[in-house]
Amino acid sequence: MPSGLLSRLDAPLLPIVAGLLVTFAVIPAMADDYWLSSIIIPTLVMGLAGIGLNLLQGYAGLVSLGSAAFMLIGAFSAYNLILRVPGLPLPLVLLISGLIAAAAGVVFGLPSLRIRGFYLGASTLGAQFFFEWLFSNFTWFSNDSQSLTISAPRLEILGYSLQSPLGRYFLAASVTVLLIGLAFLIVRSRLGREWMAIRDMETAASVLGIRVARRKLQAYAISSFFLGVTGVLWAFAYLGTSDAHTFNLDKSFQVLFIVLIGGVATIFGNFLGAAFIVLTPILLDRVVLAADLSFLGDQGALTNLQRIIFGAIIILLLIKEPDGLSALLRRARQAVRNRYAG
Amino acid sequence: MSDLLQLRDVSLSFKGVKAVNALSFSVATGEICALIGPNGAGKSSLLNVINGVYRADTGDIVFNGARFGAIHPQKAALLGIGRTFQHNALFHRLTVRENVLAGLSRRGTATFLENIFRFGRDGAERRRFIDRADEIIAFLHLDRHAETVVSKLSYGMQKRVDLARALAAAPKLLLLDEPMAGMNQEEKQEMSRVIAEVNRSFGTTIVLIEHDVGIVLNLASHVVVLDYGRKVADGTPDEVRNNPDVIAAYLGTVH
Repeated sequence: MPSGLLSRLDAPLLPIVAGLLVTFAVIPAMADDYWLSSIIIPTLVMGLAGIGLNLLQGYAGLVSLGSAAFMLIGAFSAYNLILRVPGLPLPLVLLISGLIAAAAGVVFGLPSLRIRGFYLGASTLGAQFFFEWLFSNFTWFSNDSQSLTISAPRLEILGYSLQSPLGRYFLAASVTVLLIGLAFLIVRSRLGREWMAIRDMETAASVLGIRVARRKLQAYAISSFFLGVTGVLWAFAYLGTSDAHTFNLDKSFQVLFIVLIGGVATIFGNFLGAAFIVLTPILLDRVVLAADLSFLGDQGALTNLQRIIFGAIIILLLIKEPDGLSALLRRARQAVRNRYAG
Repeated sequence: MSDLLQLRDVSLSFKGVKAVNALSFSVATGEICALIGPNGAGKSSLLNVINGVYRADTGDIVFNGARFGAIHPQKAALLGIGRTFQHNALFHRLTVRENVLAGLSRRGTATFLENIFRFGRDGAERRRFIDRADEIIAFLHLDRHAETVVSKLSYGMQKRVDLARALAAAPKLLLLDEPMAGMNQEEKQEMSRVIAEVNRSFGTTIVLIEHDVGIVLNLASHVVVLDYGRKVADGTPDEVRNNPDVIAAYLGTVH
């Protein structure tokens, strides 16, 4: 029966089973708490954010510089839902938080019906600044806490606690797997095809009778849904404690970099991009420490140096491989295949 | 034979320059009507008015019994007006089949949730779309390229994909904006044959713009000649061929 379903969805069975095994058996068995908490969970969650933006930007050809705003909405929605609706199960909390972010996405997607490109980017910045201001000025959202922070509630599903690093990993991984599946369903549907048509040639799409305005708003809604759910995971499964400024413009740009580095109009590429964003600073940290560059300046100077190197790597990568890491990987795989075939 | 399309006193200007000037003509159901005239005669502007990309300053358009002054391109598509483009306007990162499937969009009935989660009307719609797309792809002999990304095809093939995409949703009226531009004589003959076959097999009424008068006079059953946004002549190929105004305005000039 499941294989019948998969073939109906034209999904490759073997890679899916292998992927699920790695996700739910190999990684939990091998990874220690440090790897889970500091590397794997943030990579999964940021990769998911990348999918959210990639659906909008890579598939529908729209722009957003305010991705973090929708993560912020998701996080604060979940906090308030758990606080104010006792007994609401976690999956429902995630779903409703995503839907609230989606509603906000539709509102901030409305300008896309009139303006394009760079100017649309500027208008989505509005969402970034508006929601950061909203959630840091109205203390009701953070339950009137002095520090304006929100802390993760006791996370549990069907009575099982998800408080440990492993528990939080299972939460993040399960949501990630489900949303990857959803993303594939979307891009392989008529909706996904019409998004790409609008992206490639909007006038022709309209002349063919594609409902351009409706499709654009659906793109903002779905993208924001993904980002909203991602925000809940970032706040609760990764950080534990956060505030409105956790989801600032820097975070929006990180999501944008993940899409550019991982590869525009890809799904798995976002996780490559996220791994790059998460791992590179850690590696640079180690390298700088090992090389003992303290003669260059104090700790602050070294931190800035790391940022400069990080930025330079991103620029270099995008010059050498404009289609991102997933294109690099595809070519490498092709080269290996050619060598063994010939 | 009744008229599928009528233009009545249609005028269009850009910043005071008249592109189309009080133009009236009719297109009978099932015919191939050619718009000819020198560059800048207002031919492309006219097609753009018919399917709503431009809005006429004055005048009416009657299509299939419904009268409108201005129409949104999407609405025009829903009423059954299809078109191809003078300059390549394909969805260049999609395959041939995906382009043709996108051309079927207006025939879709499922909601986006049905499409995503594959329930309700989605299954029947998917099958219907694939069958129709493959039918059109075979009709235009694009089978070999069905899975090819269109940006990798030759120019002539891309023109053919554009036609396939416009034909997919079975329009009542098909507007072709220079379908043979940039082709050599052999390719033009082939395209001309395809257009005639579309007209014959599907009964599609066609309005086309083409510069090659030799081709046009053989292909079309009705020719409208434009110059400076005005109608110079309107009739059968033979009538037009022998019209002294046409010879002066168009046929006599060198291109």
